[in-house]
Amino acid sequence: MEKINPSLVQEELNKLAGEPLYIHLETTNGAYASHNDKSMLSAGAFIRNVKLQYKIGKITGPGPYRVGLETEMGWLYSEGLTEWEIDEEGRLLLAGHDAVGRLAIALELSKTPFRK
Amino acid sequence: MEEKHVLVIFPHPDDEAFGVAGTILSHTDAGTPVTYVCLTLGEMGRNMGRPVMANRETLPDIRREELEEAARLLGIDDLRKFGMRDKTVEFTDQDALAKRFQEVIEEIEPTTIITFYPGYAVHPDHDATGAAVVQAVRQLKKENRPRIHAIAFAEGSEEEIGDPDVVTDVRQYRDRKLDVIGAHASQTAGLMEQVRGHMEAQDETIEYMLQTERFWTYPIEE
Ligand SMILES: [Zn+2]
Repeated sequence: MEKINPSLVQEELNKLAGEPLYIHLETTNGAYASHNDKSMLSAGAFIRNVKLQYKIGKITGPGPYRVGLETEMGWLYSEGLTEWEIDEEGRLLLAGHDAVGRLAIALELSKTPFRK
Repeated sequence: MEEKHVLVIFPHPDDEAFGVAGTILSHTDAGTPVTYVCLTLGEMGRNMGRPVMANRETLPDIRREELEEAARLLGIDDLRKFGMRDKTVEFTDQDALAKRFQEVIEEIEPTTIITFYPGYAVHPDHDATGAAVVQAVRQLKKENRPRIHAIAFAEGSEEEIGDPDVVTDVRQYRDRKLDVIGAHASQTAGLMEQVRGHMEAQDETIEYMLQTERFWTYPIEE
């Protein structure tokens, strides 16, 4: 993955607007967070292969970045994005990593389903 | 204790490295076959390598290769990947999972199963794996039951389930165990840096983990 270039990501978001997409959205601070530090709450969520179509998609912020997608009925919001790539299968992958490279958030958009 | 066949059941690639690699090496070196059932490919791992070398979608293939290399280093010929997804083990059909374990048990007739101690293994996948193993063994006829050597590492485990009854000195396998841990590079690069970086000022808990392996024989009541 590479450091996010917001204008390039914005171009990709524009191309995908209105398309039926499969989404992987995830955030985590690790299953061991509260084991390693009792004051921490292990919290995380992922949803994979949910179908979504958005009207407007924007990337914002000075970096780390935020991406918001407005759909007919609601929103997708993500924060803390630092890296991106278009992978070999043409999917838009965005992720946020902490200082030591651990993934904290991932937002992935694809025209075809992700591997279950 | 004579072992004929050892069955190792864990949810994540690298679970076999930290708590049991020395024990596995002692068995495979002695010519005792070891079968390793690994439920997932650690698809949802947070570590992506140092520097970052994976993304969420490439991680499974990278970890599959790491798992295969670790198994090779451990002398394990029979590695079975169960094709489940990381983080979802506790939500799966536990009866069906226990049944899959039973089929393996009936096929290879292990004398010992090594897994996690349900309720004391921190990660929900670990606890769920241990629980399904216990269920599988409990449903077998008494005379067909292998013993379960379970790993617990939750805070306060000893207060609740007592001290481990099997404490093995694996000092002689220390370096090879470290290689097995290192085979899971996407997940362990940070730890390896720590261990290999300051050879003198070793972290005591890491060194203890490399040299000592602890198991609780799981009590299966009727
Ligand atoms: Zn694990």
